[in-house]
Amino acid sequence: MSIAAELSGGFSSARVFALVKRYIYLLRASWPRLLELVYWPAVQMVTWGFLQTYVMQTSNAVAFGAGVFIGGMLLWDLLFRSQLGFSMSFLEEMWARNMGNLLMSPLRPLEFVAALMVMSLVRLALGLVPVALLAIPFFGFNVFAIGLPLAVFVTNLVLFGWAVALVVSGLVLRNGIGAEGLAWTIMFIVLPLGCVYYPVGLLPAWLQPISWALPPTAVFEGLRAILTTGAIRPDLMLWAFALNVVYISVSIVIFLYLLGRSRDAGSLVQMGE
Amino acid sequence: MQSGSVPAIAVAHLAKSYNGSVAVAGIDFTCAQGEVLGLLGGNGAGKTTTIAMIMGLVTPSAGSVHVLGTDMARERHKVLGRINFESPYVDMPHRLTVRQNLTVFAGLYGVSDVKTRIAQLADDLNLADVLDRPSGKLSAGQKTRVALAKALINEPELLLLDEPTASLDPDTADWIRSHLEDYRKRRNAAILLASHNMAEVERLCDRVIIMKKGRIADQGVPADLIARYGRANLEEVFLDVARGTEMLA
Repeated sequence: MSIAAELSGGFSSARVFALVKRYIYLLRASWPRLLELVYWPAVQMVTWGFLQTYVMQTSNAVAFGAGVFIGGMLLWDLLFRSQLGFSMSFLEEMWARNMGNLLMSPLRPLEFVAALMVMSLVRLALGLVPVALLAIPFFGFNVFAIGLPLAVFVTNLVLFGWAVALVVSGLVLRNGIGAEGLAWTIMFIVLPLGCVYYPVGLLPAWLQPISWALPPTAVFEGLRAILTTGAIRPDLMLWAFALNVVYISVSIVIFLYLLGRSRDAGSLVQMGE
Repeated sequence: MQSGSVPAIAVAHLAKSYNGSVAVAGIDFTCAQGEVLGLLGGNGAGKTTTIAMIMGLVTPSAGSVHVLGTDMARERHKVLGRINFESPYVDMPHRLTVRQNLTVFAGLYGVSDVKTRIAQLADDLNLADVLDRPSGKLSAGQKTRVALAKALINEPELLLLDEPTASLDPDTADWIRSHLEDYRKRRNAAILLASHNMAEVERLCDRVIIMKKGRIADQGVPADLIARYGRANLEEVFLDVARGTEMLA
């Protein structure tokens, strides 16, 4: 089945809402799932917060005092969780052997993707907003004080997270649940290459173009600029956004292509390893 | 049986190969509206692949599938709201209650009055006592009735059933068959039924197709097939076909 066939038909927000409701029911029915949303970001925040406090006591570097560590950690977690939130909802369908029910229903592939994006945002809000608020009294770091640029950072990171999640979901559809490990690990390549905790200039010259090809690099550079000098870098945000338009478009095409390949290979009939 | 002008299913030269291995080898058949068509065959005969191609879950290597007059390769979205299915290869999310699962699928199928429809199904399929229980904590019989409720949530004009009574006790299986008979009469729905239970097929089906190694080995009205093979029942006919003593249709 061609990509055009997968894209055919209208778009129903009612069907998106119906699927979102399914994931909300699931979250409500499972306190471990809810706890997991908050647990790891909270552990990260506390660890990096104390590390930053310690380094501040032993160093005069402006960056430490400005909250570069804890800010980087919060936005890194946002990036990781935007991808994971999307992927987890997708994997729930694989684990529940429900994918056939969905793909045989009137739900269009892009409506499925839209529902996964909504759930990614819901999971982010549930997991990261409380942790970001806790960072204020614990470590005196208020990420919300960044203001409007924060919304731009978040938008760019979430878009990139979704782009990665779409490719991972396509690979899991095509190759079965045995590929689910990618959902947990693939984003970690961005940790060194996206320069979450250090400037791009620190990388070897040959690696820097690769780093700049990743939208998160521009976001983390922009974050450091604001926190250390107060400078807002719209050029970086535009670069990140332009890259994201390309990444998200390509990832949707890849997802639909892999869905079509799954129909060709018959792998949608028996979802498993 | 009432036949509409457009068949519920029209399959032409349908074939599927996986890496050179033939699963379905160019079959042709139709299923009229209101007809119950049985799809029989041993393991690996190509029944599930055929049903999956009709549903659009598997892309044919060759040939075409039209469902209610719609080409499934190009316009499947136009007809998916008018059909439904039940298969052992899919499950309902276990943590959601039966009511929650049915509510979600009602939303996906665009059912207008969801509460009333779920109440009707609960009444018809004797599910009232389990509506608020997690789907994963139901017995096999209850799960089958819930899966059937999901398959009927949109009152489909075409119902695809793959082993709907497998692993059920005789009483529950009989109850399911009676419900399917009632539904078909009430809605004039077409049903494509894949089953290994020959008594079930004899009872429910107007016509059967027997598949073997991806091809249609024989087909006809159950009583005619039994007479033609000189056998006492459809199971003996099936064994003749499976063991290579089929007659040319």
